[in-house]
Amino acid sequence: MTTTARDQSQRIRSVLVPADQRPAPAGAISASLTYGWRALLKIKHIPEQLFDVTVFPIMMTVMFTYIFGGAIAGSVDGYVQFLIPGIFVQTMIMITMYTGLTLNRDISKGVFDRFRSLPTWRPAQLVGALLGDQIRYILAGTIILGVGFVMGFRPEGGMTGVITAFVLLLVFSFSLSWVWTVISLLVRTEQAAMGISMFIMMPLTFASNIFVDPETMPSWLQGAVEVNPVSVVVTAIRELMAGVGQFSSVTLVLVYCVVLIGVFGPLSMYFYNRKS
Amino acid sequence: MSVPAIETRGLVKRFGSTAAVDGIDLDIAQGGIYGVLGPNGAGKTTAIRMLATLLRPDAGEARVLGHDVFTEPKTIREKIALTGQFASLDEDLTGIENLMLLGRLLGYTSRQAKVRGMTLLEAFGLTEAAGRQVKKYSGGMRRRLDIAGSLIVTPQLMFLDEPTTGIDPRSRNQVWDIIRTLVAGGTTILLTTQHLEEADQLADRIAVIDTGKVIAEGTPGQLKAQVGTGALKVRVADPTRREEAAEILGRTLMTEVIRESDPSALTVRLEDESRAASALLALQDSDLGVETFALGQPSLDEVFLALTGHKTAHEATDGETADAQEEAA
Repeated sequence: MTTTARDQSQRIRSVLVPADQRPAPAGAISASLTYGWRALLKIKHIPEQLFDVTVFPIMMTVMFTYIFGGAIAGSVDGYVQFLIPGIFVQTMIMITMYTGLTLNRDISKGVFDRFRSLPTWRPAQLVGALLGDQIRYILAGTIILGVGFVMGFRPEGGMTGVITAFVLLLVFSFSLSWVWTVISLLVRTEQAAMGISMFIMMPLTFASNIFVDPETMPSWLQGAVEVNPVSVVVTAIRELMAGVGQFSSVTLVLVYCVVLIGVFGPLSMYFYNRKS
Repeated sequence: MSVPAIETRGLVKRFGSTAAVDGIDLDIAQGGIYGVLGPNGAGKTTAIRMLATLLRPDAGEARVLGHDVFTEPKTIREKIALTGQFASLDEDLTGIENLMLLGRLLGYTSRQAKVRGMTLLEAFGLTEAAGRQVKKYSGGMRRRLDIAGSLIVTPQLMFLDEPTTGIDPRSRNQVWDIIRTLVAGGTTILLTTQHLEEADQLADRIAVIDTGKVIAEGTPGQLKAQVGTGALKVRVADPTRREEAAEILGRTLMTEVIRESDPSALTVRLEDESRAASALLALQDSDLGVETFALGQPSLDEVFLALTGHKTAHEATDGETADAQEEAA
């Protein structure tokens, strides 16, 4: 061994932690927050990944308001008041899809083997990723509302109404992202995850009350639109932003959230643990 | 130290209809380095992934440090560390961020994790690269960071999956020194490799596996005794003086000297590797001008040839593999 090699050995020996001095592994919450921190670091290092939560929302808001505004509501000004809360929900839940796509890419890398070999609560890896995505959702939501405001959106509910609506939508987005997580764990490629997610997303957003009042639809479709979770969320958000928040609407959204997490959370974990 | 590091009986993992690991029995004592030697696709990584509780075995039993992989995976995870074949690092993050991430997950506060991370980076000679994204690291730097990540808290058992694949010889030697250091510090190491030389350099015992089965097990000495000895390759600077060199080698080693088709090259089959040094001295005294002087070990292919009678056992029928297993036992 050369001198440098001996030096290196010496240095490494000197920094090994004796077994009795090792800390207890991070708990569930702490581990989740740590994985959330990882997600934030990723945003810092790859800011391009924010493209979908910045440019996309602006495009959606401007496009839908000006293209459909005149045709649907007679005037753009009148439509803005109706559409912005809907677009707010639509864009946000579209963005939740990317959570699944990112996860699909992430899990195929070697670092996830190491994460899984650590003595921490395993779901933390998924919870943390979804928590980190909240930052992306907040950014996207702020942009949509900002653009809406510029276009003439003046919610009656004021700051309180808007913020309450925002928080409710973040909770719903977090809950919904577990659906995409399950899909991304089930399929092999990112493209496949994208395809399936779009297949679910399109009817969910269009067969809803986002763009038009369902009263113009055939009655069989009206029934579907009414139970569509997206419609339920849009209704609650519209009410909150208009300053006429209903306890029952908000509760219904939260029930949907509990069901989504209750079903897709455990499913995610089941598939995650069996992923090789 | 009485509990074995690893104990498996009839371990099986199937992917579809093929058995990646096809009934492996291992008994690995604590302390020292255990090498798992085999070609690509032999089942080395699958076996390690089962032992590191990443993959559920389809059949058989496995205990790691006395704990059952089926019922006590969490206890096992508290005592092991895994360095995967493809860097188990987040390439988008910097070196220090990777170590801080692992440190926080292992229970340090953010500040402690940073201090611990910097200490490790310094010991591994990576301080300057602390703030650089891992994707900009060289292969050798990645490996060192990867191993540093496994030492945030000292594991009782460390899995190293092909730790030197794809890195240059200098980095490889560094990694070897690091591995030896860890063993001296009391960690048991299970490493996989495709190179007999690496297993010979590091391991106290070796299991040779192919197509999911252990085909030979023993100390490097025992294996080499089965496989045959190495070869000394000499190349002289001046081809006209090759005969002189051949004469010297023949005299000092007292074996047949093979004249290669290259007019400057000679090969001698060695019964005893330690005598190579005396041959080198004799050549030096003669002032012949030796260009290269290499002690070659049998390659993995030669090992398989000797153990199974095939280049690699992939084409071997089940019966022939079983024969080889009996011979080894």
